[in-house]
Amino acid sequence: MLIEALTLQLGYNATLVAAGAALLGMACGATGTFLYLGNRALISDAISHSSLPGLALAFIAMAWLGMDGRSLPVLLVGSALSAFAGLHVINWLSAKTRLAEDAAIGAVLSVFFGLGIVLLTVIQSMEAGRQAGLEDFLLGSTAGMLWNDAITIAVGGALVLLFLTVFARPMAMVAFDPEFAAVSGIDTRQTVMITMGLALGVTVVGIKVAGLILIVALVTIPAVAARFWTSRVRYMVVVAGAIGAACGYLGAAISATVPDLPTGPIIVMVAFAAFLITMLVAPGRGVLAVILRHRRFQNRVHVRQGLLALAQGQPIYERLTIRLLRRRGLVRADGVATEKGRAKAAIALLDERRWQILRSDPAHEVAASSYNGLTPLESVLTLDQIAEIDKALRLEAVK
Amino acid sequence: MVLGVATRNGRHVSEDASGHSPLAIRGLTVSYGEKPVVFSMDATFESGAMTAIIGPNGAGKSTLLKAALGILAPLSGKVTCFGKPLSRQLEKIAYVPQRAGIDWDFPAPVRDVVMMGLYRNLGLMGRIGAIHHEKVMSCLARVGMDGFADRQIGRLSGGQQQRVFIARALAQCADLFLLDEPFAGVDVATEKAIVKILKELRSNGKTVVAVHHDLSTVPEYFDNVLLMNTTRIAEGAAGETFTQSNLLKAYGGALARVQISAAV
Ligand SMILES: Nc1ncnc2c1ncn2[C@@H]1O[C@H](COP(=O)(O)OP(=O)(O)OP(=O)(O)O)[C@@H](O)[C@H]1O
Ligand SMILES: [Mg+2]
Repeated sequence: MLIEALTLQLGYNATLVAAGAALLGMACGATGTFLYLGNRALISDAISHSSLPGLALAFIAMAWLGMDGRSLPVLLVGSALSAFAGLHVINWLSAKTRLAEDAAIGAVLSVFFGLGIVLLTVIQSMEAGRQAGLEDFLLGSTAGMLWNDAITIAVGGALVLLFLTVFARPMAMVAFDPEFAAVSGIDTRQTVMITMGLALGVTVVGIKVAGLILIVALVTIPAVAARFWTSRVRYMVVVAGAIGAACGYLGAAISATVPDLPTGPIIVMVAFAAFLITMLVAPGRGVLAVILRHRRFQNRVHVRQGLLALAQGQPIYERLTIRLLRRRGLVRADGVATEKGRAKAAIALLDERRWQILRSDPAHEVAASSYNGLTPLESVLTLDQIAEIDKALRLEAVK
Repeated sequence: MVLGVATRNGRHVSEDASGHSPLAIRGLTVSYGEKPVVFSMDATFESGAMTAIIGPNGAGKSTLLKAALGILAPLSGKVTCFGKPLSRQLEKIAYVPQRAGIDWDFPAPVRDVVMMGLYRNLGLMGRIGAIHHEKVMSCLARVGMDGFADRQIGRLSGGQQQRVFIARALAQCADLFLLDEPFAGVDVATEKAIVKILKELRSNGKTVVAVHHDLSTVPEYFDNVLLMNTTRIAEGAAGETFTQSNLLKAYGGALARVQISAAV
């Protein structure tokens, strides 16, 4: 069953929903990157929670007008309006009062959500409300999604992605250095509003699938995970988009196989797994890579320091150093240097003296910054340059 | 209205002289909340010269620059740039901010930061081509940072970061360069290198305005001086303006006297 779901053999509808969720996840991950860069990741939580009253009111309004209250586009418009109001209150609170933005987010999020839950209870008592399935919006669901709903979500995600590609450059500049961006002719207020607008867009479009309580995960986690893989904004957007797409797709596909299983929690679990794997195995910043690199570097430092001590006839106290030198056949069991050890020690000492000279010369700044106590000087300078340095060394020796 | 009168009385540079100045400030008042930090400020910067803005900590120097650039909205006053309102002349200005407030973990290597200086050429969607990459590398080479192009911006020393920001300003191809404490946290060799670049700009007819704290190097580096403390105290050629009595007016206090006698 699961295999079938993952390979799109559950039938036309489920496939369509999974594809829509993937597109939505991609938009969430890419948008989330810019929220992360602007230190605003939590804003999507505020948006999603404050969309609940609007969702409920839209349903009530449609029921009064005698329409079917489940029309997704109308519900989304209601959600967007109330999320917009929530954002406005947050902005106003943090601009006009002494409340910090995170406190304003917390206050608005809980008040709007509370109001929304009250309204949902009212709806439960209405005749039309009982089968409305509005609770599905809390944790997300793909069950009973119609072709139209999938299309709505896919189009919303695609639109957000389109806007993102247009405005990525000013959005990144404003996140990095808003004052410089302003002097470069970027309207920073407008750019922040576009970023917020896109966050509002993905969040509102996504609440049906991912659920308004947990959609913040689909916006935040892919960006955080992507940061492990790359140090450039443009790649980060792509990686976060890909992780988001995978989360959306897997979440929708898995929940399609188990009736009554909400989509939101599955998406969160998948996102968390992606994050965990990334954190462990990403090259560069990943935990394993860092540990390995650190261990290897530490060993090399110990060997180098041991060699320098040998060359200068100083005793070696550290156990690890002695062990490493022995393993390389550089010292004997009694701590005396072998022939090979003496030769290596002399080389190390000369190299160290050369580096010393190089560090004090501003002309070699780039080379000096690559100093890590280990790199042989020959690998960063030409032979002529080394000859220069040796001349300086001899001068120093004469003094 | 009281402000207007004060401005008119305080003005001693004729309208004519300010008409073509790269940056002319008239009656500028900026406040955070209800505390005016810059009050009824006038200044006219000379074209093709290097001007130092000096004054004690909290004198409003950074605020003045930000308001002159339109980053902060002033309460009153007028700023013109080459005789036209600033908003239409922004492309002629390059800016090096005080380095605080940057997220140093931002995922951008040095070359991407300098590329931001080309935003005016590139616009929203313009494709980055070979000329842009060359421009970035040549600006980095001018500050001696071309070897660091692929280093993440946070993994540089303070002085190196400052040079990257100067390279970014060079990439803006401006006529007026505004720098907020370009020598803060920079060693002597780097300071000399930056001064050399600024003097090259001046000999190419550019105008350079820098907030500067080290009084001992003012006459050596700069042609003109603007002394301020909330409002203008003195303005003009360094030889005439950078005097003990003016410095006392700006800094006051006995501590300042020690510094100043060492400087002048
Ligand atoms: N964002 C702000 N909100 C409130 N007050 C501020 C803000 N920024 C600056 N100030 C106040 O305005 C005054 C002038 O600040 P400004 O940064 O312009 O001084 P400065 O001359 O550049 O000082 P420094 O030499 O220390 O850089 C200071 O008293 C400062 O406390
Ligand atoms: Mg300042």
